[in-house]
Amino acid sequence: MSPLAPVLVFGAVAEGDLLPELRYDVTATTVVLGALATRDWRPMHHDKDFAVVRNGTRDIFLNTPNQAAWFERYITDWTGPHGRLGRVTFRMRDSVFPGDTMVLDGAVSEVILDDTGCGWVGLDVTLAVDGDVKSTCAARVALPVDHTDNPWHRRHDRWKP
Amino acid sequence: MSAVIDEVRSLVGVAQYEETGEFPVERSYVWTMCASVENGNPLFWDDAVATEVTDGPIAPPTMLSVWFRPHHWAPGRSEQHLPLKVHFDLKERLGLPEAVMTDNTIVFFEPVRPGDVLTTRQILRSVSDEKTTKLGTGRFWVIDVEYTNQDGETVGVESYTGFGYRRGADAASGSPS
Repeated sequence: MSPLAPVLVFGAVAEGDLLPELRYDVTATTVVLGALATRDWRPMHHDKDFAVVRNGTRDIFLNTPNQAAWFERYITDWTGPHGRLGRVTFRMRDSVFPGDTMVLDGAVSEVILDDTGCGWVGLDVTLAVDGDVKSTCAARVALPVDHTDNPWHRRHDRWKP
Repeated sequence: MSAVIDEVRSLVGVAQYEETGEFPVERSYVWTMCASVENGNPLFWDDAVATEVTDGPIAPPTMLSVWFRPHHWAPGRSEQHLPLKVHFDLKERLGLPEAVMTDNTIVFFEPVRPGDVLTTRQILRSVSDEKTTKLGTGRFWVIDVEYTNQDGETVGVESYTGFGYRRGADAASGSPS
């Protein structure tokens, strides 16, 4: 069996590169499914009356752990399966509601080959609705440096996320 | 107050609230998660790809905290799980009624795999001196949540920066609580 070729290798990426945009129409189902998938049973993520009356928001809204999953999906859509997340930092600014079209955009902030030979790409990703940034994710993802390297096989001293 | 802050700072670096997951990491929950965000990464859907790239199936790295949010009900369960208990302890002991999380970082180590039984512990890393921000007067703290697997390997570390505070008007009254 021939080995699966990486979708993206480290050498093909440069600082300033833009990731393809992802647009997604958020529905009540998106929010409830996301809350269920992260086992977040708090009512403001599934009960509109609670969200409006108790939280003072206009509707139920996407929970934080599910937004993390959206960011991961966005990044690995770009890297393919060989891309391995090392580190993510989230900042949530505002809520995402049913009826919103969320738009994820990303740019390469740095490319670094570390002292173990691991190829790291820094990404700044934003999740916006109507041009307003709702949350941001700064990520560090490892890509294969060549067709024989696989970041997932790095362990212990060879994995410095 | 100085006795309280010394007492709180004596907990810096101490592992607290160690807890083992109620059940092993479930593969079907990986699919539920991937379906919720339409994540088609073949690592999670195609066993041949998972075998070749990750030596078998893994869970999406960002699911780390999911494994410690229990199912909505379990037979015989009485205690309510309280995530990030150290954060709430600090608010109470330092008399700071309000708090926000300003930052959340997750660092990923060994992949999490279906069948893994994970353990978590919370470690206070630092508590700042008193600071005044536009929210009020209080202290910043950093709490790490470490996750290990059944072999004792670290699978991830979440790091939260919190700011516990008294609102502006309360702070101006100068009443130490």
